[in-house]
Amino acid sequence: MAKVLVFAEANGDTVKSVTFEILGKLVGHTVDVALVGNMGANAVADLAKFGAANVHNLKGANLDNYSPEGYANALKEFIGDKYDYVFSGSTSLAKDLMPRLAGMFDAGMASEVTNFVMDGDTFAGTRPLFAGKVLAKVELTGPKPHFVTVRPNSLGLPENPTAGAGAANDVAANAGEIRAAIKEIIKGASEKLDLTEANIIVSGGRAMKEAANFKILEELAEVLGATVGASRAAVDSGYAPHSMQVGQTGKTVSPSLYIACGISGAIQHLAGMRTSKVIVAINTDPDAPIFTKADYGIVGDLFQIVPLLKEEFKKVL
Amino acid sequence: MNIFVCIKQVPDTETKVTPNSDGSYIETSSIKWIMNPYDEFAVEQALLTKAANAGATVTVVRVGGVKDTEALRTALAMGADEAILVESSDNLDSYATAKAIKGAIEKSGKSADVIFTGKQAIDDDCLQVPQLVAQMLGLPSVSVVVGCEEAGGKYTLKREVEGGALEVYEVTSPALIACNKGLNSPRYASLPGIMKAKKKPLAQHSLSDVGVTDADVRVKYSNFQLPPEKPAGKKFEAMDEAVQASVVADVVKLLREEAKVI
Repeated sequence: MAKVLVFAEANGDTVKSVTFEILGKLVGHTVDVALVGNMGANAVADLAKFGAANVHNLKGANLDNYSPEGYANALKEFIGDKYDYVFSGSTSLAKDLMPRLAGMFDAGMASEVTNFVMDGDTFAGTRPLFAGKVLAKVELTGPKPHFVTVRPNSLGLPENPTAGAGAANDVAANAGEIRAAIKEIIKGASEKLDLTEANIIVSGGRAMKEAANFKILEELAEVLGATVGASRAAVDSGYAPHSMQVGQTGKTVSPSLYIACGISGAIQHLAGMRTSKVIVAINTDPDAPIFTKADYGIVGDLFQIVPLLKEEFKKVL
Repeated sequence: MNIFVCIKQVPDTETKVTPNSDGSYIETSSIKWIMNPYDEFAVEQALLTKAANAGATVTVVRVGGVKDTEALRTALAMGADEAILVESSDNLDSYATAKAIKGAIEKSGKSADVIFTGKQAIDDDCLQVPQLVAQMLGLPSVSVVVGCEEAGGKYTLKREVEGGALEVYEVTSPALIACNKGLNSPRYASLPGIMKAKKKPLAQHSLSDVGVTDADVRVKYSNFQLPPEKPAGKKFEAMDEAVQASVVADVVKLLREEAKVI
């Protein structure tokens, strides 16, 4: 049985869902959770429900906001030699933080696994490479703790979670020297969940014709509680910003439902979204490659189909 | 000012990738290699920084196979001054790669005032090397950078996070900056640039020259395989307006009752 720490992020009471996915997969091991900065009391209760033994809240000067060095220094000191493995969701913050933290321990890290097994003290994971064009088995060697990040939405939430003690513990932590610090945060256009964490994505391609037309995708997304994405063709044509790009040179996503509108399905796009659980494609070209990956393909004009979809979803949701 | 850029050579994004016969990596014999797309933004930012700082030099470092040095030659043709190639397999892990980059920079005899990298390589998609290099060299780092302004060794950087939000960082040289698409528009190599590149210095080292051994490998890969193919889905013809409403109703019903995703 391995001693495992899961690094979690919470916005007040709301813990990122990927943390619960990881906890669910680690049933049978002694698993602690560490969060840095402020967190709500309900966050502890939720983490306990999914199996956390202890919930350590690292607090201290300069730790209320993220900085790569501050978080890494605080976690390095806390982890010490207490854990064999450190897990985290592969979130925007963790992608920046975890490699630095692993480097501090001269330790190996498996990035963005989509599945794994912990057999006793031994980790073996599966991860996509080349944006999902191939999968490989990944194992770690060298100094402990070993680091693993997990792609959100890939493990799924446990249906019957096993609860843990969930003992809350405040830890006085040191941020140490911070040379790269955030001076300001500029809000994004979207308050929605990021594409990499979204449960439903509505994506538009070159056939959107112009940026203004993304409005119809946004309206559909609104009904579904979805996040809007775009293909590289749409981004390169200036219809959408790069932060919305799905594919090998954009974001790799695995939502439960991916609705591709006017996307032909270039290899690099398919690579970025093929792990979606269910794919709906709408395209006027019956031979578009996207249909080979679609569970439900609609050969039709997106400008006619998308508004109908919106009305139909409105009826049933 | 000593500017370093780390680049990687990766298969073109339109390449069909297949596992090799023993599943230890991918089949690389017929791949078209390109500079990792995110690294182009790093090279361009290095050249812009050089242009703004008289006497600055740009050194490009690459760790990887030697069969073709296209990516390094491209960087030199774009305007970098010299190149360092550390010879390794194309699938060296992130920790060993970072250590090799550190070793190559130290071996150059120059101390880095700034290091630019791409935010990720699109082959192994690990997103580890930039932060590891920074950590190993004791430097601060900012990743996924879409805005970079420099004045007197002080950088104001915009890092893109979830939902397209931006974190604005201030950091003083020396530092590592990992670049994202949108930061700049990478230049094309000019014909004179390509000619000049042929005469620019390209140092070549082995992994052991830069202090990396087999014991530095932390990640073991095996069982490369194609992802499972999905069974063929259902396709509905809806070019004709008369059938569109019923097709849409059917698909929504299937999403609810068969796929159970909404």
